[in-house]
Amino acid sequence: MSRESMIACALLAACCAALPLHAADESDIRLAPGAGLVETQSSCAICHSLDYIVMNSPFLDAAGWQKVVTKMITVMGAPITPDNAAIIARYLATNYGRDPAPSATTPP
Amino acid sequence: MDRRTFLRQSSGSIATTLMAARSAWAADPAALPAGARSSSLLASLPGKQPLIKRSFRPPNYEMPLDGFRHAYTPADTFYVRWHDNVPDVSLADWRLRISGPGVQRPREFTYAELIHGFEHVEVAAVNQCSGNRRGLFSPHVPGVQWGYGAMGNAIWRGVRLKQVLESAGLGAAALEVVANGADTLLLTGPDFAKSVPLWKALDPDTIIAFELNGTRLPVWNGFPARLIVPGWTATYWVKALVDLQVVDRPFEGYWMKSAYRVPKGLFGPSGFDSQDTAQTSPITSIRINSLIVDPPPGARLERGRRVDIRGIAWDGGAGVRRVEVSLDEGAHWHEAVLGPDLGRYAWRQWRFGFTPSGPGLQSVSVRAIARDGATQPGALIQNPAGYHHNIVQKADYHVT
Repeated sequence: MSRESMIACALLAACCAALPLHAADESDIRLAPGAGLVETQSSCAICHSLDYIVMNSPFLDAAGWQKVVTKMITVMGAPITPDNAAIIARYLATNYGRDPAPSATTPP
Repeated sequence: MDRRTFLRQSSGSIATTLMAARSAWAADPAALPAGARSSSLLASLPGKQPLIKRSFRPPNYEMPLDGFRHAYTPADTFYVRWHDNVPDVSLADWRLRISGPGVQRPREFTYAELIHGFEHVEVAAVNQCSGNRRGLFSPHVPGVQWGYGAMGNAIWRGVRLKQVLESAGLGAAALEVVANGADTLLLTGPDFAKSVPLWKALDPDTIIAFELNGTRLPVWNGFPARLIVPGWTATYWVKALVDLQVVDRPFEGYWMKSAYRVPKGLFGPSGFDSQDTAQTSPITSIRINSLIVDPPPGARLERGRRVDIRGIAWDGGAGVRRVEVSLDEGAHWHEAVLGPDLGRYAWRQWRFGFTPSGPGLQSVSVRAIARDGATQPGALIQNPAGYHHNIVQKADYHVT
């Protein structure tokens, strides 16, 4: 190894070591922008961190997310109005839903 | 900082501060949902080594694969799983109440009364979350998307639940024992309480533990006392235990009646008749299972150099009879060497040595066989909540 590359390696190592150990918390979670984001954040985060949403994606379809929202209201007692429930379910399906199956009319 | 201040600042609040965190946790299994991999990170809760964060609030953190190298999982490496807020328990104020229609004399114990009033016993046992490996289900099912690490193995020390219950005078009508912890609701919703059938409550291995591997239970793992229900999944191992009710009819709490259930008969009899319905049973016994720990799957192996594959195997208490390894995707199976028997509820370490001939991909499959003859299935047994993932594991190594 050349002297220059040794110095470069040492510098790189020093920089890596100096990177602050980031104190992560749930305020770092950024959900996708889109219609319904505000309602989703304010309703869901009352009880749990928003990583629950990201973690459970992208594999639920619209009906799957609707079922989750309904369970949070009827079983867990989340204080969400019917209007907001619809907005939240739509936001989740749009931004954290399963990719739609390829359309049969899509050309090969 | 005293324990209470520490807890107020650390448990379940938005202010949860982690001492260190690294995002993009690269070692997550590729089979996890993409969102589970992108939202996980390696982070240290106060008093804990870095664990894989699945959710901040409530705190759900699993043990990285290298934690499985220990025969007994160190307390600071043990996984963390809560439904609700982690309670702020003061030892001086803590009480354990025993009551209900199934006892003759309701009792209440202070911590000192409990630990000085009964014989101390130890049991080595695997504690495994019912949903461990849920994230590996295909198709995925909603819930905490756990990888392999929502489990640990420890020596639990405490007093027999049987003796504590008998001190209150068990009546003939006793059917189930309902356990409740000091944890408080996130906001609303059903209280997290669990029941066990009387026969399991009276099993001499079912204990109220206050120590894990010789040290006081960490706050994250149920300080000051938790129920130990060896062989059964961890949903019954109620943390920060404060209340035991001996009831004379099936307990109807949400977490018994509606959650933690499997299709009836899919995994054999539940052993919990009073909670069975025509369609479903409560999840109970841990299924026979195994795990490759070392070298980690995906690692590079050297052609022509002998290597030991190491791992663990466990079940719900029959004990591990044999572990088998296949180098040809199941065409031929070879017996692995078992480590010491740490008890029928503990996991058993194993190793298998071979010399990769390579180059290229070398698969290593593993399956365990229990003393009751049970073995791991080749295909996933689908169930709605994603429980009992115990299919034969196949790891791929790169031989160069």
